[in-house]
Amino acid sequence: MRLHEYQAKQVFADAGIPTPASQLAETVNEAVDAAEEIGYPVAIKAQVHVGGRGKAGGIKLVESKEEAREAAEDIIGMDLKGYHVSKVLVEEAVDFVNELYVGVTMDRGEGRPVAMVSTKGGVNIEEVAEEDPDAIAREHIDPAFGMHPFQARKVVYEAGVDREVANDVASVLTTLYQLWDDRDGADTEINPLMITSDDEVIAADAVMNVDGDALFRQPEIAEMGEEAAEGDELEQKADEYGFDYVRLDGNVGIIGNGAGLVMTTLDLVDYYDGEPANFLDVGGGAKADRIANALDMVFSDENVDSVVFNIFGGITRGDEVANGINQALEQFDEIPKPVTVRLAGTNAEEGMEILNEDLVTVEHTLEDAVQRAVEYAKEVEA
Amino acid sequence: MSVLVDEDTRIVVQGITGGEGKFHTEQMLEYGTNVVAGAVPGRGGQEVAGVPVFDTVQGAAREADANAAVVFVPPAFAGDACFEALDAKGIDLVVAITEGIPTQDMARVYRKLQETDTHLVGPNCPGVITPGVAKLGILPGNIFSEGNVGLVSRSGTLTYQVVDNLTNRGIGQSTAIGIGGDPIIGTDFIGALEQFEADPDTHAVVMCGEIGGEDEEEAARYIGEHMDTPVAGFIAGRTAPPGKRMGHAGAIVSGSGTGTAQSKITALEDNGVPVGDTPEEVADHVEDLL
Repeated sequence: MRLHEYQAKQVFADAGIPTPASQLAETVNEAVDAAEEIGYPVAIKAQVHVGGRGKAGGIKLVESKEEAREAAEDIIGMDLKGYHVSKVLVEEAVDFVNELYVGVTMDRGEGRPVAMVSTKGGVNIEEVAEEDPDAIAREHIDPAFGMHPFQARKVVYEAGVDREVANDVASVLTTLYQLWDDRDGADTEINPLMITSDDEVIAADAVMNVDGDALFRQPEIAEMGEEAAEGDELEQKADEYGFDYVRLDGNVGIIGNGAGLVMTTLDLVDYYDGEPANFLDVGGGAKADRIANALDMVFSDENVDSVVFNIFGGITRGDEVANGINQALEQFDEIPKPVTVRLAGTNAEEGMEILNEDLVTVEHTLEDAVQRAVEYAKEVEA
Repeated sequence: MSVLVDEDTRIVVQGITGGEGKFHTEQMLEYGTNVVAGAVPGRGGQEVAGVPVFDTVQGAAREADANAAVVFVPPAFAGDACFEALDAKGIDLVVAITEGIPTQDMARVYRKLQETDTHLVGPNCPGVITPGVAKLGILPGNIFSEGNVGLVSRSGTLTYQVVDNLTNRGIGQSTAIGIGGDPIIGTDFIGALEQFEADPDTHAVVMCGEIGGEDEEEAARYIGEHMDTPVAGFIAGRTAPPGKRMGHAGAIVSGSGTGTAQSKITALEDNGVPVGDTPEEVADHVEDLL
């Protein structure tokens, strides 16, 4: 779960990481007032989860009241790579001589956290990682002990950070690791960490991604995350229902259990010349109401012409799935889109007996079910 | 023969009094698995499905001679449950079924794992089954059949699908290991492949991977360099658009080409592993390999 920049900055500032003076604004007037109060130059920054905001026109540097108004009018309400901008952060523009990258994340290959520092800050760090991996100094952290102060110093010196500011940067990194650790961070980054001509270090941006599985013990972050929720109506609905859902461009709606099997179903739809409309994983052990919610989701997507259910029960039980499908479909006088069902695994036979075959088409193999769903979709299109 | 489990595997179920714990204990028993104990703090002395419950895993290991643990504990407490199993003397296999364990908890479990000789399978996995002998976890027993094909997969339901395709044409399995789709897991592809390579009764292996991470690429290199047992492969997520996360923590395609289905398929094929376009085609490949 990703926080907005203004939220992440608040978390960082509360922990003692220096951040520029800033105010959140939701209207043009609020933005102009904030700019006047902070004093020019200020940056006006769209608060949306989009990379490369600056290039896309979502960040503007302004020197006067007129420019501030113009920039706020441009940015508030704009559509930034598909996301509606409803909030901007008005922030003191820091006069810097250097920009660093500082980050903490989980190295899944090593199974351990890793702290990273680079003097190539202020640019897309993924590109740096790819083109010049040696430009990023890395230090793996033993999660049992946490980050020792010497490790923070070591990685800072290895990155080639100027001696005058090395201790302050190490201190920021130590705090960042502690935050990552305390708040169940996934990726926690400052890019850029600016160095001023007075050798001050200031976090000019803030990224805080938190492990969604750990939100039960991070109530404050969870609350911020609700505020930060974005995406189209269907994606928000999926969040509410708690599904892993990704909308795609096609017209065959797909519901299954288990990420690998659902992806395989997508691949098979494509293999049989159909076009998947979505990825929807109901997860393990789904009960009837969850299945009904999944159908509601896919029916809500107007691009969908046909739906295929692919359930291979392990912890999920076929009878529960069948009950959910019946429940969801019995509400309709006429089924909105043809539904093809393939049930296998735990309690699949019981499920097959329960399924109302007036409402759905039953197929016995994955291949048959996918082909049937693709045919239905083609019939609707024709 | 088999890997990880055999006739002598004696299981303690952690979280046996919960809904899933109880249901799947019954299923495991029905399959003929030797479930000898449950472990739930505060429930020592009770019985579930005829199985005695202990307050601690250590108690179950000591009193009931349990030597393998299966974790059905809810995510908030599952990291601790894994620690308890790793800490218990006599437990040399831990299978963690629980989905949604915080990653930082797993990082600490993984750290502890490096200090022990215990095998950890999972978390967020369907478990391990040796058909006809034992199943530890939630895999539907009826689709498996005894034989000599080993299976390793990051996805539970995909494992079932491929097994179904194999069983339907009379190809049995030696052991199937669902290693789980989380960012941090115990036994990985290479760990499972090592086991199969060393097992004289596994004559071919199926490896099911998916987009995200580089574990499949590393496994492909391992196969090329170290394995005599033939391997067939399957990779899920060919149609996944870049930058989107598809369920499993690992199943995200970066824009840069690493971790994509194509990079995994190429790595496997370059190391002599035929990769099926569909689960049915995987079974074709296995037939050719045997």
